[in-house]
Amino acid sequence: MRRYESWGRYPSIKPENVKPVYWQKDLTELKETNQTVLPYGLGRSYGDSCRNDGGILLDTSGLNRFICFDENTGVIRCEAGVSLAEILEVVVPRGWFLPVTPGTKYVTVGGAIANDVHGKNHHRNGTFGCHVTCFELLRSDGQKLFCSPEKNRNFFRATIGGLGLTGVILWAEFKLKPIQNSFIDVEEIRFSNLDEFFEITAQSDQGFEYTVSWVDCLAKGKELGRGVFMRGNNNPSKFLSSAASNKQLPFSVPLDAPEFLLNNLTMKAFNTAFYSIHFKKVRYKTVPYDPYFYPLDFIDRWNKLYGKRGFLQYQFVVPFDNNNYAIREVLSRIANSGGGSFLAVLKAFGNVESPGILSFPRPGVTLALDFAYHGEKTLKMLEEFDQIVFESGGAIYPAKDARMSAASFERSFPKWQEFQQYIDPKFSSSFWRRVTDPLKGAD
Amino acid sequence: MFMTKVLIVGATSAIAHETAKLLAKDGAEFFLVGRTADKLEAVENDLKVRGAKKVESLLLDINDFSRHQELVDKAIASLGGLDTVLIAHGTLPDQRAIEQDVAASLREFNNNCTSAISLLTILANYFEKQKRGVIGVISSVAGDRGRQSNYVYGAAKGGLNVFLQGLRNRLAASRVAVVTIKPGFVDTPMTAHLKKGPLFASAEKVGGDVYKAMKKGQDVLYTPWFWRGVMLIIKSVPEAVFKKLKL
Repeated sequence: MRRYESWGRYPSIKPENVKPVYWQKDLTELKETNQTVLPYGLGRSYGDSCRNDGGILLDTSGLNRFICFDENTGVIRCEAGVSLAEILEVVVPRGWFLPVTPGTKYVTVGGAIANDVHGKNHHRNGTFGCHVTCFELLRSDGQKLFCSPEKNRNFFRATIGGLGLTGVILWAEFKLKPIQNSFIDVEEIRFSNLDEFFEITAQSDQGFEYTVSWVDCLAKGKELGRGVFMRGNNNPSKFLSSAASNKQLPFSVPLDAPEFLLNNLTMKAFNTAFYSIHFKKVRYKTVPYDPYFYPLDFIDRWNKLYGKRGFLQYQFVVPFDNNNYAIREVLSRIANSGGGSFLAVLKAFGNVESPGILSFPRPGVTLALDFAYHGEKTLKMLEEFDQIVFESGGAIYPAKDARMSAASFERSFPKWQEFQQYIDPKFSSSFWRRVTDPLKGAD
Repeated sequence: MFMTKVLIVGATSAIAHETAKLLAKDGAEFFLVGRTADKLEAVENDLKVRGAKKVESLLLDINDFSRHQELVDKAIASLGGLDTVLIAHGTLPDQRAIEQDVAASLREFNNNCTSAISLLTILANYFEKQKRGVIGVISSVAGDRGRQSNYVYGAAKGGLNVFLQGLRNRLAASRVAVVTIKPGFVDTPMTAHLKKGPLFASAEKVGGDVYKAMKKGQDVLYTPWFWRGVMLIIKSVPEAVFKKLKL
């Protein structure tokens, strides 16, 4: 049975009014409904951008059929509820891979577009939306808009990163990237502070398609920002296999974990162990794509490890600057508070521009953190982080947010008013009301 | 079982489609039958992308019995033979509504039982001669015992179950497998209007079970597995007690 929660499970669940969508004809009644609607795919958005409290969720995961795939050009077209996992299963054995993939493959194509997701190759290939050639958008008045960089260009730009608010994406077409086999050549380099991170980043952006770093956010002082830099490329050998990986999830979290499971002690143990495993300065390995891109997918519903209280993700981007003040400041506050983030992920974005009006990634450095929800204390800390981020001219990622203020949203997305005119009048989300209602009231 | 030349009747049903996805991955060839053109085309395209070697289809209302011979002939001609059949069409009526309507009751019975008997009668002769193959038919746990909430559907599926038992018995000598598939509650468009509970399984899970059972040539499949036990209990309640229950 589906739960229709957000991935962070904060704010906690209220029963939702859900309408399952299996075929396009199931959407013909949108005109008549007097409640607002919001498409919902696989519920991997962390905060409330995939929730519509008081309205209707359209469960579009049933729109999951492929339409066509040209094995020669790598252009694939499918309904918007198809998951990236299903696409990989079909295309990898035939020598193709996703042009951009987030850290989980259990998202739908519609969700990947609506959040204009990014991955480890952002510095080279930009966001998912950069590879979308066209899609069809259904508006609540029954109109179907074919959108591409040429046709209905504004709806194209608004829907990419548009948080599902411009209508239902019925199908989408995008271009895959060719691969020789399904393996990735990885180099893992231990770095002992932030300066080293930026040095390795500068050296890696040219020669490596994929870069990402894990940071030990309990390290302080001279070791602030120590971690492991993971960079990789698709293995070029023609002699390795491209067999699809096993789609079964080996582990599952069946119940809410007790809240003491992820505490400061286990967090410290994990972070220290992760850093120490990489006892050598550099490790080389060749691994299948699954553990490389989707390490957390091996634990089905890992979000339950945080227990019933849920957790908050916090991801921001700040432009490069000389001393990287924002990254340093946020990391040192986390280290000093002792209430670290279990996983901290650091990556440099590139300057490939996305067509999306509300797209999050922009040139600079992004840091993603997660925090168990400890009430006011957690919210207050993140509010302080917002200030640091905005002092540096940064932005916060809506797909991972459940708490930013309207003012924070406006500073992150100054173009929100331009975007707003393309929102379908019947579409809304808890996130959108939270971050824009106060702004509208101020007009 | 070899499952390479596959006829699916009711091919746009969610369970049939999930089963077909797995067969497509193996590179099967398909002849699909359905009654709605755009849905049939959507399934056709999907199976092609997923690896089907060939997909052809026929638009047909399954209650038009006079076209059943044509359906089977066309499938055999299109695929150059047949080794696998999956009969998956069906409708779930609103029991209370059809109690007031003889024509609707009979139409539901035809949808869920008579039409399958007609098709299987033609197909059985072909498979008996060929002496190999597998015939899967999607029935329901509802056919195991009549209940006031669902007995026209239940009677149709029950009739189908007994027909399939007999057919299995007859075709065993020809080494043709007949698989009676009994799903419980499945989350599909057919049940979209029902309130979902923890007993609901996904079409993907059930489709996977159907694929495995047909590959093995299993006689009767309850899916998910626990329905075998649930139905054993339901069948064992004495009628004197059962008739007083609100089921």
